[in-house]
Amino acid sequence: MNFYIVLIINAIFINNFVLSQFLGICPFLGVSKKTDTALGMGFAVIFVMGIASIITYAMSLLLDILDAQYLRTIVFILVIAALVQLVEMVIKKFSPSLYSALGVYLPLITTNCAVLGVAIMNVTNFVKVNLLISFINGAASGVGFTLAILLLAGIRERLERSQVPEPFKGFPITLIIAGVMSMAFAAFSGMVF
Amino acid sequence: MIKKSDIVKNGIIKNNPTFRLVLGTCPTLAVTTSVMNGISMGLATTFVLICSNIIISLLRNIIPDKVRIPAYILLIATFVIVVEMVLRAFLPDIYDALGLFISLIVVNCIILGRAESFASANTVLDSALDAVGIGAGFTFALMLMGFVRELLGAGSIFSWSIPVLSDCAMTIFILPAGGFFAYGFLMVIFNQLVKKAEERKKQKAEKGAER
Repeated sequence: MNFYIVLIINAIFINNFVLSQFLGICPFLGVSKKTDTALGMGFAVIFVMGIASIITYAMSLLLDILDAQYLRTIVFILVIAALVQLVEMVIKKFSPSLYSALGVYLPLITTNCAVLGVAIMNVTNFVKVNLLISFINGAASGVGFTLAILLLAGIRERLERSQVPEPFKGFPITLIIAGVMSMAFAAFSGMVF
Repeated sequence: MIKKSDIVKNGIIKNNPTFRLVLGTCPTLAVTTSVMNGISMGLATTFVLICSNIIISLLRNIIPDKVRIPAYILLIATFVIVVEMVLRAFLPDIYDALGLFISLIVVNCIILGRAESFASANTVLDSALDAVGIGAGFTFALMLMGFVRELLGAGSIFSWSIPVLSDCAMTIFILPAGGFFAYGFLMVIFNQLVKKAEERKKQKAEKGAER
């Protein structure tokens, strides 16, 4: 039990996907203008990352049996692309309101490197991995992504009303804010269990 | 009709993927802890970009519109696997240093972006030139980031330590936070320089028109 708690805290805070591993920076910068869209994107990512972790883990077992690990990248990206499409259809059918809220962000998840990143990490980084561990790691990493994007969106909403030097407007100031956030998150790396 | 040399030049300056289009930010931040890593990542991405742009441009009239994105991703993934296997066999040091991010070239939005916006609508030669330009721009940007971060963060260039600087190295530039800072400030400097150059060009053109 203790192991799982450490795993979750590690994925959300210590090795935060965005701020210390640099995965999923594109949506982090692109979709963080408003808090509600950021939250929607975050939830979609948690969902896809959780399910993708399970399926890609199973696929990697299959590749091991076939002795074809070199096909990993291509198989994983196809699984993720298909999964995102499926999630899109299911959400459209059962919850049109959520579907319209997520809008264009759903298909964009395919090219979010956090999803492929967690899938590859699950099968390469852990010594003793099982289905449950990879699912928890995937979903918790998604939560870490959501936390980071939500915090940044909150700061950027405030930033709209403040005076930023002309050359720094837009992306540069956002990157510098992300740097400050990353410094704050670096403090978690001192945590010892 | 754009000039062929302009296609390459646009990729490096006006459409610089890192500083102007802000695409492919993950590898830009993650692997640029040293100049060497930056250059090798840039070259690996450039290779995939050139191959995928050529093939997609050749197949642009054959791939049905509805399934084009999965088809592009599949083509890109194939070339990424080629790069992965070659690096692993011949340059294991670089393979270890770049690690996960070699596989993640698949989801680098620069490649899919150029496939979608350029290669799917232009001739083979133009697409190849565009890929060369964009790839050069990306490699240049990664090299610059790696240069700044390695110089300030470790006090060395190409792992050659510089006597005075290495004693007062600011380790933060090697850490994740420093990556964001370096990227932000370099973006400001690059954009200001491009803006100045464009203004000067405009003034020159106006003067020329007066005469």
